[in-house]
Amino acid sequence: MDETSTIWSILESVEDPEVPVLSVIDLGIIREVSLVDGQPVIVLTPTYSGCPAMDMIRIRIRMALLQHGFSNVQIRTVLSPAWTTDWMSEKGKEKLKAFGIAPPLPLQTVCHPGLFHREEAIPCPRCNSYHTTRISEFGSTACKAIYRCEDCGEPFDYFKCH
Amino acid sequence: MFSSPTIEYTLHLADNALILGHRNSEWTGHGPILEQDIALSNIALDLIGQARNFYQLAARLINEDRGPGARRAEAGEEGGVTEDDLAYLRDGWDFRNCLLVEQPNGDWGTTILRQFFFSAYQYYFYGELQKSREAGIAAIAEKSLKEVTYHLRWSGEWVIRLGDGTEESADRMKNAMDQLWQYTGELFEPAEYEQTLAADGIAVDVREIRPVWDQRVREVLTAAQLNKGAGDWMQTGGKRGKHTEYLGYLLAEMQFLQRAYPGCEW
Repeated sequence: MDETSTIWSILESVEDPEVPVLSVIDLGIIREVSLVDGQPVIVLTPTYSGCPAMDMIRIRIRMALLQHGFSNVQIRTVLSPAWTTDWMSEKGKEKLKAFGIAPPLPLQTVCHPGLFHREEAIPCPRCNSYHTTRISEFGSTACKAIYRCEDCGEPFDYFKCH
Repeated sequence: MFSSPTIEYTLHLADNALILGHRNSEWTGHGPILEQDIALSNIALDLIGQARNFYQLAARLINEDRGPGARRAEAGEEGGVTEDDLAYLRDGWDFRNCLLVEQPNGDWGTTILRQFFFSAYQYYFYGELQKSREAGIAAIAEKSLKEVTYHLRWSGEWVIRLGDGTEESADRMKNAMDQLWQYTGELFEPAEYEQTLAADGIAVDVREIRPVWDQRVREVLTAAQLNKGAGDWMQTGGKRGKHTEYLGYLLAEMQFLQRAYPGCEW
């Protein structure tokens, strides 16, 4: 295995501190891995502008790579093209659902500027019912909205389209 | 500090986002209900994140302007300007935010109307700014636009809920309109640095987004059964560093720690 593939596989073990079932690869925030003069260069993009987990993610990436002998790691941040939930891996979406967070639907449901716009129904991650209601489009972290299932009665987080 | 129009413009963009983000953060823990407290705190977080991106860009531009010593400093050594210096160590007259964003929170209705006016502005503004010929500015605009779309929808819905709500909520919205309308004109009155940069394709010509802003505001106010503010006379000055008395108090609180304990980290 060449060194960049090794680095990609190490990054599989770096968790998002806010949604620990997802790795940084699942999230789709690692845009590029390369070697410059033998040193790893990682290109990272934030989910949201104000995501407070980004500093922690950078530290975790450095730590994980250090444990595998990569000491001089350069992490660059790019903003364009802007991150989208379409970059989340299918495996990541399955892990989210198993964790109790409804995964993002494909991108056609990205925030519509129309007022009182009804989004496509979001299935409950517990009982799969589509009979759900949005309580608030802003949740416990920037990337989530709050929903309630009208069949099983449970509230749940939805990783909203972006 | 304003050695080029691009630096002054980048600080203007950063200051708008930081000051409104800070105002909104004053609601954290005090919102009328938990979900809306969380919503406004999320909006504050988005705005402060946007501000950080613009301050980082401004710091880079300032350091490049000052030469290689400052560039070394940016890489973590002594002497260069950082995003924190720009947020915490400038005085009121150095800030280039528009007057609207520094107005006090007042009641929930005032906060909502301020957010709606500004989100409607930012929505059309970032839509144009993502075409800027300055790649760093364009990238931040592209990123921020997705977030602002949520802010616009949320605040617009609340204007309607309150304006077309109870007698009490409608009265409060009318009071909010009387206070805030006079600060909306400045959004579309370009400062000198905006005019210079608009000609170069770097800045948005804010006069051009006025019609779409007007239309959006009119639609929401009609649904909310509210009238736009009376009078055409507008307060201006913030973009040139002439602020209302409120900014000084805001900065006194926001900058206290770095002023009292310079370089403090925890």
